[in-house]
Amino acid sequence: MNSSQAIYEGIKEAGINFIVSVPCVNLQNLFNLIKKDEEITYIPVPREEEGIGILTGAYLAGKKPCILMQNSGLGNSVNALASLCQLYKIPLLMIMSHRGTKGEPVIGQVPMGKATPKILESLNIPYYKPKTPENAKETVKKSWIKAEKEKTQVAILFEISYWKGDN
Amino acid sequence: MIRYNAIQEIMNHITNELIICNIGFPCKELYQIKDREENFYMLGSMGLCSSIGLGIALSNPNKKVISIDGDGSILMNLATLVTIKNQNPKNYILIILDNGAYGSTGNQETYAKNTDLLKIIKSIGYKYAYEYEKIDFKKLLEKDYTEPVIIRYKIEPGNSKSPVIPLSPEEIKNRFMEKI
Repeated sequence: MNSSQAIYEGIKEAGINFIVSVPCVNLQNLFNLIKKDEEITYIPVPREEEGIGILTGAYLAGKKPCILMQNSGLGNSVNALASLCQLYKIPLLMIMSHRGTKGEPVIGQVPMGKATPKILESLNIPYYKPKTPENAKETVKKSWIKAEKEKTQVAILFEISYWKGDN
Repeated sequence: MIRYNAIQEIMNHITNELIICNIGFPCKELYQIKDREENFYMLGSMGLCSSIGLGIALSNPNKKVISIDGDGSILMNLATLVTIKNQNPKNYILIILDNGAYGSTGNQETYAKNTDLLKIIKSIGYKYAYEYEKIDFKKLLEKDYTEPVIIRYKIEPGNSKSPVIPLSPEEIKNRFMEKI
């Protein structure tokens, strides 16, 4: 199983049916899988914070929401996560390409890469870092179950090394 | 006309539509004028009123969804106007109460005072973009549209003395969800 396929299967098993995204080069194969899936409403957004607002609306209307983004987008979403999702207890799955981790070729990604886990900790958002596709599929599914049960947001960080399984 | 009277005017025509209302005074005034379970009051996350409404409209095409937003909040999340047009939900009405001011923080001027938001909206390609004063809102609500509708309501800055909403965030959410 390759890296993107594993995440996709986890999304399907979790029953996620409403996804917003901002692109990352590592997420492109996953986007293609999701775009083809007629059971999933897929909304590309210009900025992640806007996506959190759209997902909140989708959840209020009965959907199972997920955002796909680069970890840089976490920075763009912090206020919405705190003063919308946490305030109203909106369950949310956040699947992130974690740039700035080992093997990162772009120096500009490093500061936010380092800050990412600390930002999640400061928001009390639980996060996981699956290293293999097998583990990823299970983690995605279980993370949504946790989010829905505890009415919380759950993040999954996929580091640069994880995506080597797509090649 | 100030915001309180504009919201009163809008609420005169509302029947079973879902309403998402912008943070601050707009929410408090709407609660005071006409609280109903179909009202979602924003208590945080300035800028996202229009996006929350979009998410609901896309998820439930059978319900009419109205976001009551403000010019300052629209300017904070201007890109969502492009997203809404591209997604094109026909059951979505976005009302912008445009007083050219950040009303809840002391009426500091916004750039909407000099930049015409309706011109921006039309340039994005909206087919149904109106001034509130030039339409019959009651008739508009009765009609079915093929694309989203955006209405700019030009008003004067000014806040009423509406009290804080006594509902908890979860109460607001739960009763709203039961109505969708």
